[in-house]
Amino acid sequence: MATLGDYLIVSGILFAIGFAGVLLRRNLIIILMSLELMLNAANLSLVAFSRFRVQPTGLPDYNAQVFVFFIITVAAAEVAVGLAILVALFRARQTTDVKDISSLKF
Amino acid sequence: MPAFLFWTFALLMLVFGAAVIISRNPVASALNLVVSFLGLAALFISLDAYFIGIIQVLVYAGAIMVLFLFIIMLLDLRAEEGRRINWVASAGGIAVALALLIQIFLVVGHFKSAAQSFPPLTRSTTDDVRNVGALLFSKYNLPFQIIGVLVLVATIGVVFLSKREPR
Repeated sequence: MATLGDYLIVSGILFAIGFAGVLLRRNLIIILMSLELMLNAANLSLVAFSRFRVQPTGLPDYNAQVFVFFIITVAAAEVAVGLAILVALFRARQTTDVKDISSLKF
Repeated sequence: MPAFLFWTFALLMLVFGAAVIISRNPVASALNLVVSFLGLAALFISLDAYFIGIIQVLVYAGAIMVLFLFIIMLLDLRAEEGRRINWVASAGGIAVALALLIQIFLVVGHFKSAAQSFPPLTRSTTDDVRNVGALLFSKYNLPFQIIGVLVLVATIGVVFLSKREPR
């Protein structure tokens, strides 16, 4: 049987992959996808903790699963707004590369 | 769930997750992300969270990835070619991500409960839609309504952002 630590390690590796994607890639679409990977890594550890804390009723702790539900909803809204900004930016500048968007850079 | 199934789905998720940030073509990245999310949904189901596993497939692998693919096709993005890779910046990014990973390994290694396997459930969780829903509409009623307002604001914002300026 897999232990709680196995799930936490897998979730940590997934978070690190997403984090590396945000730091390394310069395409805004890939950066948004990497953000999704990080949010999902957090979801995985929340669900693992939910299953680990079995309640006296013999069921997992559903508070964490409600939290995951909220995270998925917020992530969906975030992706929609992020992609709309991306489309508006592409209309103005014809690029999705973060290196070409440096007007606000100090 | 047998251990080999856990490692199969975990490896599937991690390999395709890494392929998302490695592949040069945005369409390939999006399709890799779909497979990664399916592996993650299998892990959720292995944790007896059937409802979360199903909305992971419906919302992420279904809705969000269609949105991503739609935008990639709409903008007609090509694979980024001809740009030189800045090796110093890349090495820095990999070093920071590795430092984070080592930190996570150390924390999990010192966490006492991490070595225990999951305690058995005495009741079936096949009706966990009802349990999550009951909690959502009683204890978390106010956050649920706030999230509804957030989704409404996001919808209005997206429509406003993607509206063309009248000339």
